[in-house]
Amino acid sequence: MDWTDILAELIRRTTSDLPADAEAALCRAANVETPGSQAALILGALTENMVLARRQSTPLCQDTGTLTFFWEVPPGTDTAVLEQAARAAVEQATRNGWLRRNTIDTLTGRSVDSNVAEGCPVCHFEQREEGGGRKGGEIEVWLLQKGGGSENMSRQFSLPDESVGAGRDLEGVRRCLLQAVWEAQGFGCAPGVLGVCIGADRAEGFLTAKRQLLRPLDDAAPDPELAALERRVLEEANALGIGPMGMGGTTTLLGVKIAARTRLPASYFVTVAYLCWACRRRGLRVSADGALHWRN
Amino acid sequence: MITLHYPFTETAVRALRAGDAVRVSGRICTGRDRLHKHLAEGGECPVDLRDGALFHCGPVVVPQTSDGRGGWRVVAAGPTTSIREEPYMARVIERSGVRVVIGKGGMGAATREACVKFGCVYLQAVGGAAALIAQQVTRVEQVHFLEAFGATEALWELEVEGLEAVVGIDAGGRSLYDEVRDASAERLRHLLE
Repeated sequence: MDWTDILAELIRRTTSDLPADAEAALCRAANVETPGSQAALILGALTENMVLARRQSTPLCQDTGTLTFFWEVPPGTDTAVLEQAARAAVEQATRNGWLRRNTIDTLTGRSVDSNVAEGCPVCHFEQREEGGGRKGGEIEVWLLQKGGGSENMSRQFSLPDESVGAGRDLEGVRRCLLQAVWEAQGFGCAPGVLGVCIGADRAEGFLTAKRQLLRPLDDAAPDPELAALERRVLEEANALGIGPMGMGGTTTLLGVKIAARTRLPASYFVTVAYLCWACRRRGLRVSADGALHWRN
Repeated sequence: MITLHYPFTETAVRALRAGDAVRVSGRICTGRDRLHKHLAEGGECPVDLRDGALFHCGPVVVPQTSDGRGGWRVVAAGPTTSIREEPYMARVIERSGVRVVIGKGGMGAATREACVKFGCVYLQAVGGAAALIAQQVTRVEQVHFLEAFGATEALWELEVEGLEAVVGIDAGGRSLYDEVRDASAERLRHLLE
């Protein structure tokens, strides 16, 4: 079993083939907007683009994003081998034109044409016997490609925040989320998806918020209060009239995904990971015998 | 659908109204963060941008041959978020004489004023529709700043045919983004009352 080839194929699918739930959400949105409106035209172009990218195996979006691999592996797995394979796969995918030369040395300003550097791509490993449908011995990996335009719209609030009238409760969280959507306008390629973490410290908040973006658009948070907040913020954000690309319309968000973590008594963070419409996430489960099971 | 062809005349650009659907053909040049900073600080531009189009875009390009001498092919070329160029855009419009700016997400007051003063227009291409727009790129003419800025930030001279866009900010000073922002601010205020 060649992990480099497997992960290169995971990149090809992620970069060019939008998951079915995201495709369905965009098609639904296109039908809800007024025929002939900017919003309807934009959503129509997005669906056309989606079909074309899939057929050609070319990137859905030229910003092929930060590549984050989320791994779940059996205890004792040699993760260094997997991380090395991810790096080799990124190089291969870049040569194939599936990824843009998307990495800049921050100090020199030079392009790192291979897209491989320290901590790049990002790999997060969790060692676990089994769970979430994964049997013992199986390895599961998810790839998220999140573009820079949307990442620039992510933000973190520290409650209480007087500027948005947000106290330390779910009403305060709601106010932060609507404020974040308003500030993002069309800059992050609306219609977007909000991955949200309430609680944790600043760093874990961003990681947990980003992880929520792996959830299918049509699921709901297990906690009923959070599930209700997800529904409410989605509905209210879509009533703001920002619309696709910030040109007006009723589709500003495709989903809101909220998780809660414990916090220190002194801190109450609301962290928002804003994802663009190009919801590029794909997963793969590999059995101990090497059989591949593509997820979503 | 209004057709615009390079070179873009001041008359044609001033006749455009926010909300008009257009198709752009002829030569356009890509430029993003590095190029805007370079030009705004008085750097030399190897291409004459007068009456031209500047496309906020970092394309995915692959060499036609392994040694890179056989030219390039664009496989993905959607617009990048334009607001990052707001600190530079007005000066770039003034100095370079560029008539058409293509990007996504809209721009701010300084760019809007420069559009009015110098006869320029801001067009919204569909953000992320990279495969679709790449189909409208018929040829890569030349590339500049490839070594200095890297492939994504380089200035690519592209020949396009029928690139679809919508006028977001017109030379009369109307900005669809400002209108959406103000209306949505009002709705947000009601929601948070």
